[in-house]
Amino acid sequence: MLTRQWVHGWLLLMPALTFIFLFTHIPAVVTVWNSFFSTARGRRPSVFVGLDNYERLINDPVFWKVLSNNLWFALGTIPTSIALAIAMALFVNRQFLGRSLVRMAYFTPTVLPLIAVANIWLFFYTPGFGLVDQILGAFDHGQTNLLGNPDTALAAIVVVSVWKEAGFFMIFYLAALQAIPPQLAEAARIEGAGGWTIFRRITFPLMMPTTLFVSINAVINSFRLVDHIFILTAGGPDNASSLLLYYIYETSFRFWDTAYGATLTVAMLALLCLLAIGQFFLFDRRVHYK
Amino acid sequence: MTGYDRALTILGAAMLAALWVLPLIYAVWTAVHPSEYEARFVLTAPLTLANFIEAWQAAPFARYFLNTFVLVTVIVICQFVLCTLAAYGFARYRFPGRDILFSLVLLQLLVMPDILIVENYGLLRRMGLVDTIAGIALPYVASGFGVFLIRQTFMTVPQELDDAARIEGAGPLAILWRVYVPLAKPVYLSYGLVSVSHHWNNFLWPLIVTNSVETRPLTVGLSVFSAVDSGVEWSVINAATLMTSGPLLVAFLLFQRQFVQSFMRAGIK
Amino acid sequence: MTMLANLLKGAAAAAALAISAAAPARAVDLQFYFPVAVGGGAAETIQALTDEYMQLNPDVKIDAVYAGSYQDTITKVITAARGGNAPQLSVALSVDMFTLIDEGLILPFDDFIKTEEDKAWLNSFYPAFMENSQTGGKTYGIPFQRSTPVLYWNKAAFAAAGLDPETPPATWDEMVEMGKTLTRRDANGNVTQWGVRIPTSGFPYWLFQGLTTQNDAILANADGNETNFDDPRVVEALQYLVDLSTRHEIMEPGIVEWGATPKAFFEGQAAMMWTTTGNLTNVRANAPFDFGVAMLPANKRRGAPTGGGNFYLFDGSSEEQLAEAVDFIKWITGPEQSAKWTMATGYVAPRPATWDTETMKAYAADFPYVLVARDQLDHAVAELSTYQNQRITQIFNDALAAAITGQKDAATALAEAQAQADAILAAYR
Repeated sequence: MLTRQWVHGWLLLMPALTFIFLFTHIPAVVTVWNSFFSTARGRRPSVFVGLDNYERLINDPVFWKVLSNNLWFALGTIPTSIALAIAMALFVNRQFLGRSLVRMAYFTPTVLPLIAVANIWLFFYTPGFGLVDQILGAFDHGQTNLLGNPDTALAAIVVVSVWKEAGFFMIFYLAALQAIPPQLAEAARIEGAGGWTIFRRITFPLMMPTTLFVSINAVINSFRLVDHIFILTAGGPDNASSLLLYYIYETSFRFWDTAYGATLTVAMLALLCLLAIGQFFLFDRRVHYK
Repeated sequence: MTGYDRALTILGAAMLAALWVLPLIYAVWTAVHPSEYEARFVLTAPLTLANFIEAWQAAPFARYFLNTFVLVTVIVICQFVLCTLAAYGFARYRFPGRDILFSLVLLQLLVMPDILIVENYGLLRRMGLVDTIAGIALPYVASGFGVFLIRQTFMTVPQELDDAARIEGAGPLAILWRVYVPLAKPVYLSYGLVSVSHHWNNFLWPLIVTNSVETRPLTVGLSVFSAVDSGVEWSVINAATLMTSGPLLVAFLLFQRQFVQSFMRAGIK
Repeated sequence: MTMLANLLKGAAAAAALAISAAAPARAVDLQFYFPVAVGGGAAETIQALTDEYMQLNPDVKIDAVYAGSYQDTITKVITAARGGNAPQLSVALSVDMFTLIDEGLILPFDDFIKTEEDKAWLNSFYPAFMENSQTGGKTYGIPFQRSTPVLYWNKAAFAAAGLDPETPPATWDEMVEMGKTLTRRDANGNVTQWGVRIPTSGFPYWLFQGLTTQNDAILANADGNETNFDDPRVVEALQYLVDLSTRHEIMEPGIVEWGATPKAFFEGQAAMMWTTTGNLTNVRANAPFDFGVAMLPANKRRGAPTGGGNFYLFDGSSEEQLAEAVDFIKWITGPEQSAKWTMATGYVAPRPATWDTETMKAYAADFPYVLVARDQLDHAVAELSTYQNQRITQIFNDALAAAITGQKDAATALAEAQAQADAILAAYR
């Protein structure tokens, strides 16, 4: 009986696990392996080069640049999109005329492909006749060149990412909010607590599991979401808005340097593992064993 | 709460909503006006459908639609089947290695196939699946997120229902189909919608894997279409954008209440 | 009876003959990849030309595959070739020649050039286009969809600024002088119209190569293994480009977006723009004012890069297929075919013979500006192309961006780029 349960259990898992291992775990391990070899080019086959690729990584200023960009990008997108998501959820959780319109507005970015809306943002950011400059121009402000300036290009990319993500996260918070018993807030209000206190002492702590879940999603997206960079800046100026995954793409699929691409991927995996230790298991304990 | 507060909140909500929907409004504006009005917002601008016609004729969007539709359908069906089976195994079976395997599945939440583009591309090439729709779909057919989500729901199903069905002589798959799946409908709906919108809009991996009209999904088709040497023509590109995301926008409009509610009922909080 | 038998025999023989005639003497299947980098009906035109060829040559079947952008096409070709099913021919960027040689994928055309007529054909292309198509004494590419940058100017803006609307700047200094006159500011000192716009996003090296050529510098050697990024004349050219924004203040500061450039020109944001001839049709259709097209201004000499795609011949097919592929290329680069292609897309016809056709003469008479690009070819040089081309140009692009945005001075940025390029190209010397 016990063994039969085992066999059934394993059989149920088998199809999904096969694919998950085939396209996630095994490639991750093979990537590490490949990072010790050189890239094959035409007549020159791939050879074992030991730590050469890692030496190159350490001496590659572009790598350090995109790494720090990615950390700033994460710092810029994650807290902002979560804060906005909570605000949106609080707004939409109330009854008012046009509520579903507002909710839909928040959610539209999730439905639109980022690669396509990037062209719209390109127009918004265009110096001179772009929307941002038209609006600023009405206040007698001169031209801006947000995407063409290394100091602002990454921030401009962050804004698009926040716009893309906040509405999606709002849905999770909305679900969380509606699960909180209204009596709690009632009781607090009777005791004279204001709106901000209720949020800080009751609502926010009760939504903690959602925040953890959402923040994991946000962290992953900050490494995964690079579609708009293709259109908006192509990583420029001078890599000021390039992110790790975009650099991996360039190295592997434009420069055809797959071995170095693998090495960069290992760096990304290492970073994710660090985050996993910090965050993932916290999330695991708080939510899945509850 | 005072009326003043309330008005302020609604004003804030509306302003944020306006900001959020602005790109869509701009897309509609440019798509229905001649290109002279791309940067000029005058109410007297003449209306036209020419941009849609031009976009439709300039690229094989019908084929791209079909490719995306096939791709998304294949992915979602496979995900439902594979994740349901695995979720059931994790939720209701005890066997050695279960917790380790579950941790490994959860690891996929963090290390997604999207990140392993270099090695997955090499793998597909060895399998001869580069430039096929199956090639785009394969890395996504089993999803750690899906397994996790469905398992969470299955764990809330009372064990008594399972036992009752077992006593009636139902096998594991029959129990799964008759007891668990119907109770998890909201999860399937919300997970399905998330998955559809994610894969409908996915870009980087299909960009790498595909290079012909027969396999290219809408997103890659759009990027090829908009990346011409002669500069951006917003009116035509935005017409194409609206056409390609139209079905998803409409689906969301129709389902938005169910969508939000299914998340709530699914207990994703 | 015998008559009937004879009749039957005759019928059988006739049928056999008919069958053998229907079965082509040398049925050849070819696969042909092509990218599309301009709007309009480029893909349809290629398909139509291919169909026409197949009608003229019923024994040849050509499968023309629209492979997407240039980037998609090169990826698809390399992938297919590594998997052992390379197409026989493909159009790809002329600058990818060294990459394709390095990958061991393409064949020189020389082996298929046997007759005097063939040789004459090979010599009938503009030399500027052939520079990107030959190395080590062999020809690897046949020019097909080629372009070059030109200067567009807004005649209305010139007139409004008190300049002669029919005279574009002919030199660097004139461009600065005119640019100053053309740059307009409102009461608050905010610019409402820039003098000139040289886009620098994405692939700034291309238009910048106009400046370096005009300053009499060559960016890379013909073997594709040596760059001259730190040449003082290149530094000077970069300084000129940077000065347009910082010192003369006649160009938008920071990186100037390529994609928005035509629109900025139409909107009157910039009175002059540098961009590809591929924009001629677009500008003609959409500019709400009278405009002119001129060669890029000169400094030490006139000069411009070429750009665009060549035909390549791929290894891995039978001699017969390759010979047929070459025949097809000969046909499609023929004057009448090439004229159709040029008129549909705006690419510069790569052979003088095309310009001598009645079709092209009529076209040029109706729209003389198409001749500017052709005439500029006398001054044009090969587009920057080396081994590991994408990486080398990216290094160069980054250096240009760093100087344009003021993070590094021109000399430092270019010296660093040269050092990085040397490190990569050393393996190819």
